[in-house]
Amino acid sequence: MLAESLFFSAVLFVIGVVGVLTRRNAIIVFMCVELMLNAVNLAFVAFAQVYGVAGQVFVFFVMTVAAAEAAVGLAIIIALFRHNQTVNLQQINLLKG
Amino acid sequence: MPKGDFSLVYTFHFYLFGLIAIVSALLFVTRKSPVAAVLWLVTTMFCLAALYVLLDAQFIGAIQVIVYAGAIMVVFLFVIMLLNLGHPSELADARGAGWKLAAGAVGIALLAEVFTLTRAKIPDRLSLPPGSGAQDIVREGAIAPIARPLFTEYLLAFELTSVLLLAAIVGAVVLGRRRQDAS
Repeated sequence: MLAESLFFSAVLFVIGVVGVLTRRNAIIVFMCVELMLNAVNLAFVAFAQVYGVAGQVFVFFVMTVAAAEAAVGLAIIIALFRHNQTVNLQQINLLKG
Repeated sequence: MPKGDFSLVYTFHFYLFGLIAIVSALLFVTRKSPVAAVLWLVTTMFCLAALYVLLDAQFIGAIQVIVYAGAIMVVFLFVIMLLNLGHPSELADARGAGWKLAAGAVGIALLAEVFTLTRAKIPDRLSLPPGSGAQDIVREGAIAPIARPLFTEYLLAFELTSVLLLAAIVGAVVLGRRRQDAS
């Protein structure tokens, strides 16, 4: 099942990348990043079945980091919304030259 | 890896959950309403949990449902509710044609890259004998094979993770706090 898992993982990762590049709602972009992390986790678990359980330990760490990232990222989005009254990434252009 | 009659059922469910995951991920990226998007992403995550169980990672599957589909996605829904983002005015948010073209090109490049990777030959001596993960689970349960390396080999990383979580908690509180006269 390794090849099939890697196929599903690749497709999910690409869907995540396309979402990050095409959406303008900051929260949806953020969720696309979570989808990419999930795709990588699937690859880790598939490899863990063939090459040893260390892959599952790594999934554990990835999930912890994702939880921390979600907490901080959503706090940033809330702060951004308070400042700009929008989460549309097109209208958040303070750093644009 | 199951054998005989069971194998067909196993393969069928594997493909079924994989396809549901991909279809709901596509629906997730194309939904306009953030709430609908979150719910489709939760569907994807449940299907991934099912795939983890099929790949002999029962503990990871349970954690996926509890932490990802449960906690993280609820936090997302909570923020959408808090910021009141369900309005139709906020919904037309896809970028222009140039960005879509760029995204398609990047997507095709990434897919080609990963398919090349999956066809790469990895030496056989690196891999475990087939079915050894399932035997470990029969012998000592689903959690012990993960817990042992977590608390021995990866103990330092595990402890550092707790510091990371503490930093994230403090950061979230500081960022989410309401400013009091710019102090």
